[in-house]
Amino acid sequence: MTNEPSLLDDLYREIILDHYRTPRNHQEMEAPTCSAEGANPLCGDTVTVSILLADGRVQDIAFGGQGCSISQASASMMTEYVKGRTVQEAGDGARAFQQMMTTGEPQDLEGFDDIDALRGVAKFAARVKCASLAWKTLEQALDGRAEPVTTDERTESND
Amino acid sequence: MTQTDMDVQQRLPFDLDRIRRDFPILKREIHPGKTLVYLDNAATSQRPVQMIAEMTRFYRDHNANIHRGVHTLSIEATDLYEQARQRIARFINAPRAEEVIFTRNTTEGINLVAHSWGRKFLQEGDEVVITEVEHHSNIVPWQMLRDERGVVLKYIPMLPDGTLDLDYARQVIGPRTKLLAVTAVSNALGTITRLDELIPMARAQGALVLVDGAQSVPHMPVDVQALGCDFMAFTGHKMLGPTGIGGLWARMELLEAMDPFLGGGDMILTVTMAQSTWADVPAKFEAGTPNVAGAVALGAAVDYLEALGMDAVRAHEVEITDYALRRLGDVPGVSIFGPPQAQDRGGVISFELEGVHPHDVGQVLDTHAVAIRTGHHCAQPVMAALSVPATARASFYIYNTTEEVDRLAVALEEVSRFFGVRA
Repeated sequence: MTNEPSLLDDLYREIILDHYRTPRNHQEMEAPTCSAEGANPLCGDTVTVSILLADGRVQDIAFGGQGCSISQASASMMTEYVKGRTVQEAGDGARAFQQMMTTGEPQDLEGFDDIDALRGVAKFAARVKCASLAWKTLEQALDGRAEPVTTDERTESND
Repeated sequence: MTQTDMDVQQRLPFDLDRIRRDFPILKREIHPGKTLVYLDNAATSQRPVQMIAEMTRFYRDHNANIHRGVHTLSIEATDLYEQARQRIARFINAPRAEEVIFTRNTTEGINLVAHSWGRKFLQEGDEVVITEVEHHSNIVPWQMLRDERGVVLKYIPMLPDGTLDLDYARQVIGPRTKLLAVTAVSNALGTITRLDELIPMARAQGALVLVDGAQSVPHMPVDVQALGCDFMAFTGHKMLGPTGIGGLWARMELLEAMDPFLGGGDMILTVTMAQSTWADVPAKFEAGTPNVAGAVALGAAVDYLEALGMDAVRAHEVEITDYALRRLGDVPGVSIFGPPQAQDRGGVISFELEGVHPHDVGQVLDTHAVAIRTGHHCAQPVMAALSVPATARASFYIYNTTEEVDRLAVALEEVSRFFGVRA
């Protein structure tokens, strides 16, 4: 069988397929500090992100939902990146990711090496939304944290 | 070519090589060495050179605004525009050409009915019945009317095989039903609706019937009189015509009783600063300068289809669809949605490939120059009923060949390999 065209290899890097087949942190979380749901109505991709915060850090993160390989692999890679980082760093990562999708340029960010595999998606305008979904949902979850931030005891009811 | 393949090829009702020469885009190399396989015809068809030439000729030789002009070009343009209306009326066997209103597309035709008929004649508590397999364009206008006027909106559900639940239809269509709005062919699954059952049910209750003909008028003989419907909406771009032009047929007495759709030029009889009176049908529904060149070119598209014969167009699609159902059915991991028999379908096959999201299927097929559609096909309720987020959909038209179906099937096997679903 002939080799796939290189354009396709740009999109579906081996590490992306690996995250799609064996997603990390793909589970439900009992009592997240904050969470958000994201949907891409054009193709029906959905991603939920649940975060457990402690001392300004992402103690634990989980994602759910369904969608194409790009949206699900991006979500899986996002959770690996974000876990253990501060809220500030997580936000920086989300912004860097969207920058990467807009410009197609590598991002000089510590721990972003694997995520660079998704840079090829920037060449596929129709798929940028798939890749960005998890990161936008992450931002939404972290933004939601801002509202009840003073009322930690009520977080469960804010789900 | 296999023996079966040759048999199918011989049964096809017209000369595919000759037809394909009329569509230069089909020769396009999408990637080096890979010629286009266009299987997204339910979204929009390709265009023959004859239609494109007609549009060019209009702009080059006859261009002017229509109606009320005294100069030669305006009279020519008006004649061409009205001749196109006559050809389209004949194509769907409308009793009178003036009963065909030019619209932008099917969506506009349905919205016109909801606005001009629905808002005038429907009262709170009146019922409109639609179905679960409708395109969003035959759901949303009725939801908007419901929210505005208190009309009750009911629907006939889809059975697991993609057909409508006719027993349920008999219960839901009742004395309060004022309109049944139903598609002739599901765009998402290809299922042909049993209009022969549904229309008499509605008529027996004194209800009117709107048929969404977007997927039927381009693909099979359609006779609005034989169907016994009251409204039929369709679009040009799915039947070899340009984008931005479509038609709504309705019975004259309804059109005369309905209010205008948009207000403006061309749709009035008289205007004073105090009030206006309306022009006769069809001008009453065609405010502003219409898509004259589009209408003229759609007339040429209709001529092209009539020259082939709509029985032959349908016969070819049944053959191709039957072949594709068998060929795709043999690809490991492929599950096909909808009725198993080609006769019960338009030229549409919705499917999923085990372990690979439809979006990824479409992406990899594109690298093989195979163009299909993936997603919810503007029919999210159908996706919900099937419990899938999306499907992959291949849809056929007059120029598609069994070799193209083979290329789809081979490419699908490579998709499975690529994603490591099967060794």
